[in-house]
Amino acid sequence: MDNIINIGKTAGLLSSIGYRKAKNNIFKILVMVFSFLTISMVFLIIGTLLVKGYKQINLAFFTQVAPDTFTAMMATANGEVIPGGIVNGILGSIYLVLIASVIAIPTGMVIGVYLSENSKKKYACLIRDIADVMQGVPSIVIGIIAYIWVVVPLTKGYSVLAGGVALAIMMLPLIVRSTEESLKMVPDTLKEAAIALGTPYYKVIWRVLIPTSFSGLISGILLAVSRVLGETAPLMLTTLGNPDVNWNVAKPGSAVPLLIWQFYNDPNMVNLIWSSTIFLMGFVLILNLISKWIGAKRK
Amino acid sequence: MNSDKILKRVLFFSSLVIILIAAAMVFSLFKGSLPSISKFGWRFLISDQWDPTQGSENYGALLFIVGTILTSVLALVIAIPLAFCTSLFVAEYFRGTKLASIVGTLVDLLAGIPSIIYGLWGFYILCPLVVEAGLSPQGFGVFTSALILAIMIVPYATSLSNTTIAMVPNDLKEAAYALGATRLEVIRTVILPNARSGMTASYILAFGRAIGETLAVTMLIGNENAIPHGLFSTGNTMASVIANQFGEASGLQLSALIELALLLFVITTIINAIGKYIIKKMG
Repeated sequence: MDNIINIGKTAGLLSSIGYRKAKNNIFKILVMVFSFLTISMVFLIIGTLLVKGYKQINLAFFTQVAPDTFTAMMATANGEVIPGGIVNGILGSIYLVLIASVIAIPTGMVIGVYLSENSKKKYACLIRDIADVMQGVPSIVIGIIAYIWVVVPLTKGYSVLAGGVALAIMMLPLIVRSTEESLKMVPDTLKEAAIALGTPYYKVIWRVLIPTSFSGLISGILLAVSRVLGETAPLMLTTLGNPDVNWNVAKPGSAVPLLIWQFYNDPNMVNLIWSSTIFLMGFVLILNLISKWIGAKRK
Repeated sequence: MNSDKILKRVLFFSSLVIILIAAAMVFSLFKGSLPSISKFGWRFLISDQWDPTQGSENYGALLFIVGTILTSVLALVIAIPLAFCTSLFVAEYFRGTKLASIVGTLVDLLAGIPSIIYGLWGFYILCPLVVEAGLSPQGFGVFTSALILAIMIVPYATSLSNTTIAMVPNDLKEAAYALGATRLEVIRTVILPNARSGMTASYILAFGRAIGETLAVTMLIGNENAIPHGLFSTGNTMASVIANQFGEASGLQLSALIELALLLFVITTIINAIGKYIIKKMG
């Protein structure tokens, strides 16, 4: 009996109904206010970027390289739009993501297939845990790793390759886990039907598992790409930046987030910051939304 | 040997790749920090000296450790009410509605915004507000960084919470309603006790994110090598000092920075492991 009264007390059931209802309503309002506060941040941030940056977006922004400080200073002093654009960053970012994808996607998918095919084994649990740990490693630490592995011994200096490797290490666990999750959704009956027909194992994977979970795999890849696209810290330690377009993997390259960092540190370039962030943000968000949309369509 | 066996081997050996990468990461960090470890030993963890002057080089991590913990704990304290309310909004109050899915998507988008954009927004929008409010003369500092960090980790804190709150059995909730409980009482006496471990785990994982966050904090904390003496004073975190000094560092300083990275790696791994352990125990 004591117990029941205690539960009643902690639940507030013994107070008057008016008081309880008031508390209930106040809490509901609190929940709504805090939730709207949280999501309003998305609009506040994107709104700021759009309002501050739309003036700089023009054709040259996508076709020319970033101007030097002096040109930018003259333009700002005359009240003009800063000439030039971020094409070196755009191409550099695409190049980096491409290198990272070539390394991480095949490796990650094969490991993901292994995990989903042997999901119950202790060893698979270990691999899964390691992938999760890697996912939690701060990006700056990954940058240092790529510096130690590529910049110092291989390219003897900052290079696009080092940046690609850093982004690949970040992508790998994401791809592994998303591949495993989407393969898990394939009904066992489909696989069993294929095996019953005498299909060799590799064909079961290639013709049954992968096609049926294709949209899930794509959505996972897009999400991973969108995650690494905006990474700045590891690139600061690996690819450094480059005022020109560079296709040589052993030389420093540029990337949109690196350019933003450079503009941020140069008072003359400030006006270019916002247009570059609009571009980066738009790219990342579109990839994010497509990935979400594909994921939602599967369900 | 038939193709099935070959394929199984290939799959198995590829899985070794990830173990190798993880092991090599630990090895490289350890090897890189050896000069600093052998020179400073345990003193590295408790000394608050960070002096890169040639000849009298002396490195200790204490002030960065304090800075990191201060900003991350403060960020978590700010993020928890936001994340808690958003989870209840999505998984309880408006569960299954269009509104909930829109709010859920928007919160996920917060996770997609690159760190540098948070940093810029904090620098150009939040800092002037902090100055205007008279809280600090320059706007940078522990509080500003923690506020931005809090927004950055909310999506990590909500995603798992949403699932665990939605998983609380309806029977239990209905039983409580049948006894005349209000919604708040159901949340307090049924949902919270059932979803507690999942929510704790998600907050721990979010905390791990906050600790490793680099660029936004680097742009907002003020980068002063001193132990912060208040909420609005400037400081430095482990990640931000690496970002600031790695480019020009060499020799012993480089090694000390790599040791900081190793420390960061170990701390985030332990925090993530605790979070995962709680999730695993939940089943």
